[in-house]
Formats: sequence, structure tokens, C-alpha cells
Amino acid sequence: MQREANQELAQEFGLSASEYAKVLEIMGRAPTLTELGVFSAMWSEHCSYKSSRVLLKQLPTKAPWVIHGPGENAGVVDLGHGLAAVMKIESHNHPSFIEPYQGAATGVGGILRDVFTMGARPVANLNALRFGSPDNPTTRRIVDGVVRGIGGYGNCVGVPTVGGEVNFHPAYDANPLVNAMTVGIAAADRIFLSAAAGVGNPVVYVGSKTGRDGIHGATMASAAFGADAEERRPTVQVGDPFTEKLLIEACLELMATDAIVAIQDMGAAGLTSSSVEMAGKGGVGIELDLDRVPQRASGMNAYEIMLSESQERMLMVLRPEREAAARAIFEKWELDFAVIGRLTDTGRIIVRHQDRVEADIPLAPLVGEAPVYDRPSTETAKQTPLNPARIEDRLGLTRALERLIACPDLCSRAWIWDQYDSTIGGQTVKRPGTADAAVIRVEGTPLALALTTDCTPRYCAADPEAGGRQAVAEAWRNLTAVGARPLAVTDNMNFGNPERPEVMGQFAAVIRGMASACDALKFPVVSGNVSLYNETQGRGILPTPVIGGLGVLEDAAQAVGIALRPWLDLVLVGPTRGWLGQSLWLREIAGREDGPPPPVDLTAERAAGDFVRAQILAGAVRACHDVSDGGLLVAVAEMAVAGEVGARLSAGPRDIPSHAYWFGEDQGRYLLAVADSGTLIRAAEAVGVSAARIGYSGGQDLTLPDGGTISVRALRAAHERFFPSWMDGA
Amino acid sequence: MRAGIVLFPGINRERDMAIALEHATGHKPRMIWHAEAALPEIDLVVLPGGFSYGDYLRCGAMAAQSPVLRAVRDFADKGGYVLGVCNGFQILVEAGLLPGALLRNASLRFISADCHLRVERSDTVFAGRYQRGQVFRAPMAHGDGNYFADAATLDHLEAEGLIAFRYVTPAGEATAEANRNGSARNIAGIYSENLRVLGLMPHPEDLVDPLAGGTDGKPLFDGLAASLGA
Repeated sequence: MQREANQELAQEFGLSASEYAKVLEIMGRAPTLTELGVFSAMWSEHCSYKSSRVLLKQLPTKAPWVIHGPGENAGVVDLGHGLAAVMKIESHNHPSFIEPYQGAATGVGGILRDVFTMGARPVANLNALRFGSPDNPTTRRIVDGVVRGIGGYGNCVGVPTVGGEVNFHPAYDANPLVNAMTVGIAAADRIFLSAAAGVGNPVVYVGSKTGRDGIHGATMASAAFGADAEERRPTVQVGDPFTEKLLIEACLELMATDAIVAIQDMGAAGLTSSSVEMAGKGGVGIELDLDRVPQRASGMNAYEIMLSESQERMLMVLRPEREAAARAIFEKWELDFAVIGRLTDTGRIIVRHQDRVEADIPLAPLVGEAPVYDRPSTETAKQTPLNPARIEDRLGLTRALERLIACPDLCSRAWIWDQYDSTIGGQTVKRPGTADAAVIRVEGTPLALALTTDCTPRYCAADPEAGGRQAVAEAWRNLTAVGARPLAVTDNMNFGNPERPEVMGQFAAVIRGMASACDALKFPVVSGNVSLYNETQGRGILPTPVIGGLGVLEDAAQAVGIALRPWLDLVLVGPTRGWLGQSLWLREIAGREDGPPPPVDLTAERAAGDFVRAQILAGAVRACHDVSDGGLLVAVAEMAVAGEVGARLSAGPRDIPSHAYWFGEDQGRYLLAVADSGTLIRAAEAVGVSAARIGYSGGQDLTLPDGGTISVRALRAAHERFFPSWMDGA
Repeated sequence: MRAGIVLFPGINRERDMAIALEHATGHKPRMIWHAEAALPEIDLVVLPGGFSYGDYLRCGAMAAQSPVLRAVRDFADKGGYVLGVCNGFQILVEAGLLPGALLRNASLRFISADCHLRVERSDTVFAGRYQRGQVFRAPMAHGDGNYFADAATLDHLEAEGLIAFRYVTPAGEATAEANRNGSARNIAGIYSENLRVLGLMPHPEDLVDPLAGGTDGKPLFDGLAASLGA
């Protein structure tokens, strides 16, 4: 029985009383069920960005090399040589908690479609994952499902998964985060957009058939979980990477012709959002005949067809004279191809099903009068600075190092990336774990892309503005550390319930911090995604603004990794104060999670990064690693393990306690392995960048300034222990 | 050498294979659509890696029933050279062109990592540029690469010298640790009785370029080009 659309149902669909009143005003009558479904999906947080839009406008989005910034399916950046990189990150957090495998898999599928929709062949996938405490019994199941899901989808479609990041924290126990990023390559003058044009042109549906999966997924993703999260399973979509692979090939084949006027994938809110957005952007009307929509379930009503989030589907507007040629391509790939409507000049979306008009909505107010909220916010209280000299070092350097590099947040992620195909395509220059950013050559050119995802949520929780700034700076630094010129950001803003002022305060401050860093580093945001309501039974996640960074190297051969080689000088670039606030040493060794996070000095950041990049491109640097989580000694250990070479370290400055010097997380620093430290240090001083030799490489042991020694083999064993023993062990 | 790569829906390493072949021969291989009932004039048929038909039913099972496979079988029966890598190996096994089966990895997880392979014989068109006993590196990327056959078949493969490559340590020892997918007798690749059909799980085509990690896989393609003519 079809339910009646009224205020009660509107509320169930996530519309507030005032939003429903606006629907009545726009329609001038009570909406039908389908119309109410369309309004609630389009006005959901997920589709409308109603809580975040005001703030997102503060982010810098322009640079001479930006071809398309936010507003399209993905951002587009000019690489020169007639090529463009297309990039986007997107969350699939809510579904990944309910059903980890399919939630993560369809996250990968969705972000791939955002990129190939624009005419790009996807060349790399990355991800950013946050899980609950390893001690929580559900975490292991979620990690296993998410990793299998990402691999299951990405491996099958044949796009290498080349990088990512993983953190654990109890704040993610019931709200894991799965953010998936895709980068593609397109001809700079062959970018496909979504604005529909040409009254009378056919509206064409291609890909998989529509079923009853994922109905109202966008609405589900726009609310906090109660105790009944498991019961939301029917809102999770089911992925088919095989069909996606066919869809990629068929779309790219069609895109080589001049048949397409506009194209958009059917992602969140499915046929509703794709048709409304395409027609809305193009300022035209659209008529859909749902009887022509390929369906795999029988007896679906208009509401279900419009709100289904079945995967691997695209909507296109074609030139009418190319319809037959386009159909032939999709038939060759054994995919559905159906003309389901036409563009009109009415400015309305009219949906027919079984000879009835099920929806007739004016597009301008549906799109243009979507609610926008400037929600109340409160500032996060500042933390009291710590004095490192008053924090006792009970373990000493060697034992603390052994414990740190084995802890879940710092240990080797090989168990994860060994399940992702990172070499397919034959262009992977730096594989996961071998460099601070993944490096992918652009096939057939000397160019390479550098790619990373970064965020330090514990910093963001302690000081959201400093944390937002740090997330951008760290991504910029990771790209720089391989020798790349950072070009652009795609951001994934993961937060709790925006109706709580403290969460809105976090969001606003993170945006301020990000904006300042993007400005200072000339690192604009070209695309992104907002995921709010990451909250279960009133408990929210740490603020997690994930930064996906893209950089370029003119010559792939110039990229450097982190692996140490024997008999080189180790040079620390950037100033060290011994900042222990919010450090992993403080948490893992001292058992405290307090203090302000390390500040980022954007001027110094820029100077140090530009210096390091110039040295790499001049060929003076054999290995480079940014100093981040865990501090300097962890960075040395990671380089030693990656290169299977030891090192001998000199004492730090006397005015900084030893544990603060070696484990502090001061920002804007790089550790370089070079043949000639004297020349490099003089060059640094000449441009006002601090640099100091801290030791040299060689042998099989890491020897610390306090006389402690640990073999690289033992470090490696400690580093690699956690995941296999936690996941596969007893 | 005129090479042709067969395109099944869902395969995804055809581009990698084409690059490796072009490197070795100086010209692009032919691409052969799965619906073709006849092969063009070629010297080598390659079944590349990927997930033909999504690995649904069983890896390679549906591709083994496609029209082009009848043509590939005829080609092999007449003494043609056939190379199947990863999913291509699975298809050859499903089609009965090579014995045995490829089961789920012993770990029940997808494995993407470099492995080391020992060349068990070098007097074939595929391995001519390697030395017997030589160890080379190749990326593996599969969920179902655990080679299985009954003891009689395995004994026969060994007795007849039909084992092409084994998983070994970098030092060349065929240990259990080096055998990450759990294959019977560390088998990574096998030949047909006439040594003209080779199936292997790892991907030499992804190591033909120093920038992409090394050139360990290059001799396989150079050897083919040398034997079958550039």
C-alpha cells in the first residue's frame, strides 16, 4: 500500500517541519509520495550540504592550474602536456558500519564513477580509514570487511590502490570512517560536465538495472545512528565491480566520440539527484518515463525507482543523431541502454509511471531554495601547554621506540596493502609504504602524480583550527617529500552531529585552519565531500577533515622514497622545540592525551618544503621522510626498516629533554639522507631554513645517542607484528 | 612476432601486457574481442590477467566457454604458442589446455606482493632469456592462485619437466614461506606437454621498466620476441 505524503512521513524522511512547510509552499498543494521522496533526498544533508555550505565557501578553490573546482562531479587540474588530473574523495561511513564489505566496496565504486564521468580513465585509488579501538570486539570484523571490500572492488575494476591511511581511536567504535579517493587522467580539452542542454535531446540510462537496494541511502547518511543501526541494512547498496569495469570501458569508448552532451553518475539519491542536478544546472526541464527504466525487481513503484541507489548506473544526455551509435557501444559491452526521457523547456521535472504523473516539480526552487543553515557553534576550549621537562620519561628512548613503532597507529600497514593490487597498470613508481606519497607515472609521458591522504584527528579534537591547518600542511609536506609540486586538494569533512554547537564549532574552526593553509601553500580545494552525523547514541567521532593531496613531478625518475641507504648523512630540516602535546609518545608511553597540538608556522612550512623539493629535484637527496606521528626517532626507524639499513644518531640540543627532542611532533620537518650534508646545510642556511646533521646511516643496528642499540631486524619485527597477530592470529 | 591479446569482459591487465609486448617487439599487439570465432594471423595468443566475467561462478570458468576459446584451442592444437597470466592461467586450466586447478589462496585473502620465481627450465620460447635456476621477481595479485592437482598429475609435471616456475625465497629455495598462496609443490607456472602453452599466476608484464620497480619480467618478453621473430 502506498503511503500518504504528509508531515509525519516528511519527518520520517528527515525533513523538518519548516522544510516541509517550504515544500507545501513551492508545490501549492500536498506532494505525492514520489515528490516528497525527491524533496527529502535533494534537501538531505548529504545532497544539499545545508549545514556546511556557508562555511565551505571560505576555502580557496582557485589557482591558474585549476580547470574545474568544486561543483562538478570531481575537481580537474591542469598537468600541462595537454593532460588533466581529475580527483575526488568521498565518504561511505554510515554504510560501512552497517555492512562493512558492501559499504566500503560501493564507496570505491561511487568515487570511481565520479571521476570517469568526467572523461578520465581512473589511474589510482587511495583511502582514509578510521576504526574504533582494537580492543573493541567489533573493530576487527569491521576492519576485515572494509579491507576486503576495498580490495574486492578496486582489484576487480583494475585500478591500483596505491595509498591511504589508517588510525584507531575509541571515538570511531560505532562510527568507522571509510573515505575513498580516485584520481584519473583525461585530455584537458575533453572534460565532460553534467549540465544538460538541448531541448528535445534524449535522456539515456546506462549500466546496471535498478533494484530495491539503497533506497533513501542519502537520507540514512544524513542522520545519527540510534541503537538500531543494524536494522538499516536495506539502505546499504550492493556493488558489482564487474559491471563497473564494463561501464568504465563503455563510457570511455563513447566519450571518444561526440555523442555526449552531459553525463552524471547515479550516486546518492540515484535517479533523483542525477536528473534534478543535470536539468537544474542546465536550466532546462526534464521528463522521465519510469516504465522505460531497466529494472531487476518487479512491481517497483515510482518512489522506489526514483530513490533507489542501485550501483553502476549513469545518466546521459545525448545528441539525438548519435543515439544509435551510442546504443551499439553499450550493447557490445552487454550493458543496459534505455532512453528514459527528454529534455524540455518547462523548467520542471515531470515523472511518469504507468500512465500517471507521479511527480511534477519546478526545478528552480527544488535546487535553488534548498535550505541553508548557519547553525550555532561554540568554540573548542584551548588546552594548557605542556612543559616537556615535567613529563617523566620512564621508559628511555630504545624501549619507547620499540613500543611506538609497534602500536596500532604507527605499525606497518603491509597486512592491509598486501590485499590491494597496487601494481596493475604498470605505472606505479612508489608503492605503498615506500615513500611519503604514492607516485604513479602518467602512462606514455615522463610525468608522475604524487598522491596522499592525511589527517591527524587527535590534533583536530584538541584544537580544530590548528588541526585543520596541520592536515593540509601534512598533505603538502608528504607530496613535497617525494619531490612533487603540490597542486590541489580534495577534502572529506567527517564530523559528528552539526545540530550540536560544539560540533559546528569544530567544523567552523577546522575550515578556518584549512583555508589559511591552502592559501599560504597555494594548494586550492578542487572537490570534496561532507559527512556529518557520524554519531551513535549521542557520541560523535573526532573531527576528521581528511585531505587528499595531488602533486606532480615533471620527471617520474626524480621521485624519492623513504628507504635509507648505507653511508649517508642524516639531515633534519626544520626547527625542533620538543612539542609533546597530543603526541603519540604522550599517549602511548605517558598514558596522557592532553596539551595543545603542535602549531604549524605556514611561512616556515613553505620555506622548508620549497627548499627540500629543490634539493630533491637537484638530485642531492637519496631518501626523504617527513617527520610526523611519533616524531624524529620514529621517522629514523621507519627509514631504517624500509631500507634495511641501520644508523647512528648524535645527541640532540642540550636545552630540549631527550624524549621531547626525539618524540616531539613539531611540524614542518623533513629527514633527509644525503651524501654531502655540509653543502646541503649551507644551502638551507642561505634561504633561512634550519638544517642540522643528526647522524649517519650504515650497519645493521640503530644506535641511539644514549648508547642504546636495537637491530633493524628487531625493529622490523616489532613494526610488522600488530596486524597479522591481531587479524589472523588466535 | 605477431601477438594478439584476447579481451574478455572484466579482464584488466590487457594494457600492461600490451605495453610489455610493445617494449619487446617494437609494435602494438592485436586486440581480439572475445566474441570472435577466429583468430587473426598471429604467432602468440595471450590471455591476460583480470576478472573475466567478474570471477563469478569460478575464476575463468565462463571465459573458457566463450567462442574465442574454441579458436584458441584449435590454435594450440596446431602447435601455436599461448601465454596465460593470472586470470589467463585460470582460463587455460578451466578450458583444459593445462592440467590442475587454481584454488583460493591458502590465506583466503587476496595477495598483492612481489614474489620470487625460480626458472625450472630455460629451453623454451618463453624462458630462453633466463638461465635455468635463475631467480626473478614478479608481482603477484590474485585471490585464487593456489595451484592444485592430484599427486599423479604433479608427479607427471615434475617427471616431464613441465613445471615452468616455482615460488622460492630470494636465495632460490622452495620453502613454505615463499609459497604464499599455498600452491602444490610451490608451482607458480606450468607448460603444456609440447611446451608451447604457458600459464603462470604472477605478472612479469608489470616488471619491465626500471621506474616501475625493475626489469625482472623483461627477459620473458624479449625471449619470445627473439624466438618468434620481432
